[in-house]
Amino acid sequence: MGQPHDLGNIIDEHPFFKGIDSGLRDLLVGCAANERFEVGEFLAREGRPADKFYLLRAGQVAVEVDVPGKQPVVLETMGEGEVLGWSWVVPPYVSTFDCRAATLVRALSFDGKCLRAKMENDPALGYEVLRRFVPMMGHRLASARLQILDLYGPSVAKAVKSKKKAG
Amino acid sequence: MTAPIPDPMLPRPFRIEKVRRDLSDTFTMELVPAEGGEFTFAAGQFNMLYVFGVGEVPISISGDPGDRSVLVHTTRAVGAVTKALDALKAGEVVGVRGPYGTPWPVEAAFGHDLVFVAGGVGLAPLRPAIYQAMANRERFGRVVVFYGARTPEDILFKRELERWRGRFDMSVHVTVDRATGKWSGNVGVVTNLVAKGGFDPSATMAFVCGPEVMMRYSAAALEKRGVARPSIYMSMERNMKCGCGLCGHCQWGPHFVCKDGPVFRYDRIADLLSIREL
Ligand SMILES: Cc1cc2nc3c(=O)[nH]c(=O)nc-3n(C[C@H](O)[C@H](O)[C@H](O)COP(=O)(O)OP(=O)(O)OC[C@H]3O[C@@H](n4cnc5c(N)ncnc54)[C@H](O)[C@@H]3O)c2cc1C
Ligand code: FES
Repeated sequence: MGQPHDLGNIIDEHPFFKGIDSGLRDLLVGCAANERFEVGEFLAREGRPADKFYLLRAGQVAVEVDVPGKQPVVLETMGEGEVLGWSWVVPPYVSTFDCRAATLVRALSFDGKCLRAKMENDPALGYEVLRRFVPMMGHRLASARLQILDLYGPSVAKAVKSKKKAG
Repeated sequence: MTAPIPDPMLPRPFRIEKVRRDLSDTFTMELVPAEGGEFTFAAGQFNMLYVFGVGEVPISISGDPGDRSVLVHTTRAVGAVTKALDALKAGEVVGVRGPYGTPWPVEAAFGHDLVFVAGGVGLAPLRPAIYQAMANRERFGRVVVFYGARTPEDILFKRELERWRGRFDMSVHVTVDRATGKWSGNVGVVTNLVAKGGFDPSATMAFVCGPEVMMRYSAAALEKRGVARPSIYMSMERNMKCGCGLCGHCQWGPHFVCKDGPVFRYDRIADLLSIREL
């Protein structure tokens, strides 16, 4: 685990907490830890307690749904500069999807319980954190809606092979 | 004696030199003038392609504007004419009228970061501008391509994208809406890639091409990132007949898409894009 000073720097440098007041940032540091995930390790599992969220620093995470008897369906990938997980802030604090390291991942994790308690006690911190999470959640919802539109027309993935040779 | 003025509605015969299948419903044709000569165009322009006895369709030019010896078109077979075009083989002849329309303002982007946002077959009309930018690479800051396709199997010009990605002076980010097979790249909409940045928004020109909804949301993502509306350009598609400003078929608000477009500056059309009836 990194020193509090290093963790503070990482928080300052991550786009998600860009410009945060240093006093509030120090409160965040108390709930933060540096983590590293090897390929295939899970950052969150569907149906399990959502006790953390992550500031992704490097690597790629696949947000996916397990389909019995089939390959998991990847809904989205996330990477450096993004924030992963918001179930920790919404009761009953349970993860909605599996989040798997698709490459080696480095992230700063935040203990949800620790942070919720601090937010409860310090409305300024609570507001600051939610002020950043709400637009992110809005953006993710808009992206998910766009993704289910068949924007590009019918896929050729299942189209019958045509007479011209694919090149 | 004065030379007769060529009839703008008269197609020029072009022989199909080569046909390459890109995707199972999308193909690229290389055409050469049947009577010899060259063909010049600006990146972003289109031609009316005439399949004799079937009909005519507007198709953007997808080749290198620096190469006058061959005319390249990439087409997705969706209906009567494009399917008839798909059925033609090397050696057969098509009629060509053009080039028509406004180009991507590549030279106006000199001195800027240049960002291309493409969706689906929309990469084809942007490709000439990418070639032109790479031929003048030293004139730009960063050159970034964001490309979104439905699935990994729907990625157009895959090998070329890989080649571009291998260059040190260009960044290429590809995403798919649905992962299939062994795909290990990005999954999610192309606007997510734009949101991550990788360019200086205050000194960026962005060229956007793809389905209209994708272009609207991409422009919004670029704006949110700090790119000004007048620095965003997009290529519009509307049904056309003459292709050269004579018939009014392609009218869109105060514009004729064939003549005032297809490449428009975003701030000039943003209001029209939000009117459902148009
Ligand atoms: C300026 C301009 C540039 C274009 N560049 C290209 C290009 O580079 N490559 C290319 O493949 N197409 C391009 N198009 C679109 C192309 O012109 C149309 O797909 C074509 O006119 C369809 O004619 P059709 O007779 O084959 O189909 P139609 O019989 O007219 O239509 C058949 C079906 O296809 C649908 N359809 C029609 N147009 C489109 C479209 N644009 N996208 C998806 N579905 C459609 C119709 O709704 C209908 O359901 C361009 C259009 C314009 C205006
Ligand atoms: S297609 Fe005739 S005026 Fe545009």
